[in-house]
Amino acid sequence: MSDAAASIDAEGIALKREHPARATIKRLFRHRLFMTGLVLFLIIAVTAILAPWITDVDPNRLSMRNKFKPPGEGWIFGTDSFGRSLWSRVVWGAQLSMLIGASVVALNAVFGILIGAAAGYFRRIDNLLMRINDALMAFPAILLAIAVTSVLGPSTFNVILALGIVYIPRTARIVRSSVIVLREMEFVQAAVAAGAGHWRILTRHILPNAMAPVIVQLSFLFAFAVLSEATLSFLGVGAVPPTPTWGNIMSEGRDFMREAPWIITIPGIALMITVMGLNFLGDGLRDVLDPRLRIQQ
Amino acid sequence: MILVALRRLLSAIPVLFIVSLISFGLMRLIPGDPAAAIAGTSATPAQIEQLRRDLGLDEPVILQLLHYYQGLLQGDFGKSLLLGKGVLAATMERLPVTIGLSLYALVLTLLIGVTSGIIAALRQNTWVDQVAMMIAMLGISIPNFFLGLLMIIFFAVQLGWLPSGGYIPFSQDPIGWLRSTTMPAISLALLQAGLLARITRSGMLEVLRQDYVRTARAKGLPERQVILKHALANALIPIVTVIGIIISLLLSGAVVTEALFSLPGMGQLLTQAVLSRDYPMVQGGLLLVTTFLVVVNVLVDILYALIDPRVRYE
Repeated sequence: MSDAAASIDAEGIALKREHPARATIKRLFRHRLFMTGLVLFLIIAVTAILAPWITDVDPNRLSMRNKFKPPGEGWIFGTDSFGRSLWSRVVWGAQLSMLIGASVVALNAVFGILIGAAAGYFRRIDNLLMRINDALMAFPAILLAIAVTSVLGPSTFNVILALGIVYIPRTARIVRSSVIVLREMEFVQAAVAAGAGHWRILTRHILPNAMAPVIVQLSFLFAFAVLSEATLSFLGVGAVPPTPTWGNIMSEGRDFMREAPWIITIPGIALMITVMGLNFLGDGLRDVLDPRLRIQQ
Repeated sequence: MILVALRRLLSAIPVLFIVSLISFGLMRLIPGDPAAAIAGTSATPAQIEQLRRDLGLDEPVILQLLHYYQGLLQGDFGKSLLLGKGVLAATMERLPVTIGLSLYALVLTLLIGVTSGIIAALRQNTWVDQVAMMIAMLGISIPNFFLGLLMIIFFAVQLGWLPSGGYIPFSQDPIGWLRSTTMPAISLALLQAGLLARITRSGMLEVLRQDYVRTARAKGLPERQVILKHALANALIPIVTVIGIIISLLLSGAVVTEALFSLPGMGQLLTQAVLSRDYPMVQGGLLLVTTFLVVVNVLVDILYALIDPRVRYE
């Protein structure tokens, strides 16, 4: 009896003293949409990381004797028109998608925040930076990515670069708008009055408070990047075949839609799971991290 | 009002200037010798030299830039190497297909997106709302080329109801046009429809909570009139703001959809240009499409100021 009372008490105290970050993480773990998204995304991400261990056949090994084997006995996902194992190709394709998605997100995190913070904080360069930003955002996203990769030459690295160029302005704009609001807040003014330097004000006072919308944006961006990469390689301007990517597997499957529709549907479903998982994740993060939206609901 | 429109128009000029500079710079990004890259591996040195002179790549960059802007001001967007005609002419030839497809998709987007958003908002937190939002999420998450491929497999290959590709101009045969563009338009519209359904739903929910809606109900107006006349008018405002974005997404998506369904539009023209290293076409086409989008966005902003008086006084 007294034990139970003590434990309730201890819990009450623990809750009161809980670190805000831990409270947020707890809320995230209780958020159904976020958890669904996390599980979907992790399925793909873990598969991608484990690619060398869970595939036994080289994704590019031809075996004409075994072409167009339907999914099932011996071939989990079946084979394509060259008798290559679709399981191997889709799993290695997942690795490439994750690599490209993560790289584009990393590029955006660094340069989006840098450019956005500079534009929002130093009003003198704001106009110039934002005009360039506006111009880059005026191009239809996929068209600009196609044009840049085609000019630089198709390769995984150039796809990452092209998607970076397309999406960094969008991230920078979000960072900038948070920074502009925060810069005028009293606690920042107080820091200025206390004699803090620009660097300290930005990194200690402004940016930590501007992170919520950026994190939400980056999770959606991961989805866009994976989707755009698949689109580019579907159109033939992504990573060079025979490197398997979800896009180029589907593109090759177009000629055999009647006899082997699984060549299209399997990587397509993998792509959909990834994008949907990341969208759920982003929605969940927005619910939990963005207090403004939380009040509205 | 005229002042607002004028100010918005003027603000598009620096954006267009930078857009044109980026398009110009794009061809100079080609690693190594651009002329050799464009000519391809089988070209002789003499051919490369000829191409360099034709494209003006032998001049200093400043002079190239000058000629570039001289051309643009006279409506000369460069010349396609593959088609042997002006970029503007080639684009104009293909544009009707893309505009037709995009308009069709836009109509579908608005119909599906706005109605399902309103219904979901009116039935908030019921199964109707949840199913509608699930479908919207699915629409956002399914890549449009995958949806297109699925529809081809199902409706064209297996059932044989619709053609898997090809294009029949509207002027020639309206029914044929509908048959050849329905699948592309649906696959193109679903993403935007999903986004719009979510925006409409949250806009509608916000408006329904307003005092004036309660007043309208309290004074005994029929629910239909409250929703359609009082609530919807204000819920439409955020929808108008995203129309510019939707049109941009539609044009982006059309590139892939046209390639998939072999529709001879702008998107197909540009994809072919990219694949055959027709860089002048890529550069000019990109600039044209983007200019078109900038103009559309200016018009949307002006429309926005027209329907929402608050914007005018900012």
